[in-house]
Amino acid sequence: MNRNIYLRTVFILSLLLCTFALAAVCIGRLSANPLDVYRVITSKLGMGPAMDEVLEAMDTVLFKIRIPRALASMMVGAMLSLSGAVYQGIFRNPLVSPDILGVSSGASVGAAGAILLGLGMVERQSFAFLGGVFAVMLATTIPRLLRNYSNLVFVLSGIIVGGFLTSMLAIMKFVAEEQTELAAIVFWQMGSFADINMSEVVEISPAFLIGTILLIGLSWRINILSFGEVEAKTLGMNVRQIRGITIACATFLTASAVSICGTIGWIGLVIPHLARLLVGSDHTRMIPITIILGALFMLIIDTIARTLLTVEIPLSILTGAAGAPCFLWLLYRQKTNIS
Amino acid sequence: MILEVKNISFAYEGFPTLFSNISFSVNQGQIISIIGPNGVGKTTLLNCMANLAVPTDGKILLEGKDLRRMKAKEIAMRIAYVPQFIIPSFAYEVLSYVVTGCAPRIGTFEKPKQEHYEIAQHALEQMNISHLAHKYYTQISGGERQLVSIARALAQRPKIILMDEPTAHLDYGNQIKVLKIVKKLAAEGYAAVITTHNPDHALLLEGEVAALNFNGQFIFGSSRDVISEDFLSSLYGVNLHLHHIPDIGRDVCVAAPL
Repeated sequence: MNRNIYLRTVFILSLLLCTFALAAVCIGRLSANPLDVYRVITSKLGMGPAMDEVLEAMDTVLFKIRIPRALASMMVGAMLSLSGAVYQGIFRNPLVSPDILGVSSGASVGAAGAILLGLGMVERQSFAFLGGVFAVMLATTIPRLLRNYSNLVFVLSGIIVGGFLTSMLAIMKFVAEEQTELAAIVFWQMGSFADINMSEVVEISPAFLIGTILLIGLSWRINILSFGEVEAKTLGMNVRQIRGITIACATFLTASAVSICGTIGWIGLVIPHLARLLVGSDHTRMIPITIILGALFMLIIDTIARTLLTVEIPLSILTGAAGAPCFLWLLYRQKTNIS
Repeated sequence: MILEVKNISFAYEGFPTLFSNISFSVNQGQIISIIGPNGVGKTTLLNCMANLAVPTDGKILLEGKDLRRMKAKEIAMRIAYVPQFIIPSFAYEVLSYVVTGCAPRIGTFEKPKQEHYEIAQHALEQMNISHLAHKYYTQISGGERQLVSIARALAQRPKIILMDEPTAHLDYGNQIKVLKIVKKLAAEGYAAVITTHNPDHALLLEGEVAALNFNGQFIFGSSRDVISEDFLSSLYGVNLHLHHIPDIGRDVCVAAPL
């Protein structure tokens, strides 16, 4: 693919993302008038007339709710899609999603534990993060025990750890108090940005920045890892080291994302495929595209989630409803390339 | 002398010794064909030379340095490995695939630059397959893929090219084409070590033969000296004949009627 076409794609998608981000902060129950948003901002910058009551309410909504929420949804979308793309690349399997090594089930067990212990939001987030990281550490210990570092063993370890943790989660749901705790666990597992505020955005920013920068830097190496261990090694790569770094980055990205908004399905599986369809499989190109597309997709989904009905729709309902047909369409488009 | 195999033995964990006490050396412009029946460890021997498998005993010296003490990067600058077959998981362009041959010379966080693409393009020219540069790797034929793999090995700018059964999975015409390429590469100064199931390929390539038999014995020498009817018949356990055909001026290995 021509470099100019690639750069044009990046430009158009970035423009779309900015447009939708602006639209997302304008859309909402309080006011859907972009002019009000404009007035609030000019007034804040001291360039417009002072705010009246309506605008003051708008100011709160904008800076306390909508902007943090738009930022969080874009970051989470980018993080989940990016780790999906990276896992698919290094495990050479286009059907892999970010929870392949058990990160989501670990995070769910962590969050459910915090809910059962009656802990608050901050503890719930840290438990989820630690649970996710712990699950992946467990999954990556099994290949070490077996002294077999093949991709298959990694994937199987992920299935073992994930299966075990899912069972743990089932026990927790079983003993949970139905009306409150069970509902909270189930709701957490469907994902939501409803409780997001600026401090959470700030919390996940370092993981987002460091993970994204490292993975973009390693994107060409991920091409080589996707050829398999034999080829990567004979091309002079330290396979275990580079694979270790990429797994660590992808895990921190997913665990950080999941910790603030719960588990969100489908996005990490579908978006990388969409990116490949647009710019091809070369990870140096598809990774940046995946990041932008993931942010765009999550932003749109979350805007729908908070505005479509009078109640918030859990995110996984929408990502599944949009993601699954999208995946079918992608398979249809690529049918000649699937063996 | 580029590579020196010194008294190596190999056994997979929990299995009897596959081969033991193997020694030979690989020189510039030399072709070595590793032959022998299924399961004697031809590919394992090749993998030891690529540092993909570690001998249980003995050592391998690359330009005088112990292979096991060298970094993967240092080895990859001298030894290229062409796997038997490649199952691509993603549809990469041929040129993007070939440019990965430059990996040992590119920093971990860097991407290939114009000069590396030029090296890749040149490697495709050497193999006469420049027209494939922008095709998808998944859309070319098995024969073309083999040539692309060899092109990537050339982009690595190695001294030795190891090929694991480069003619397997290819039709007869493509098998001969690949053998011709191996000869051409040797003439250009590369050392080539290949494994093959067809003793006639060893005859066609001339050069050296490294044979492993059922008993784990190792025979090494020039193909003209080593290959005889009796030798081949006992190596493969079937009746084989060696005939000189004056019209084409070479010895041919054929099987007796079934």
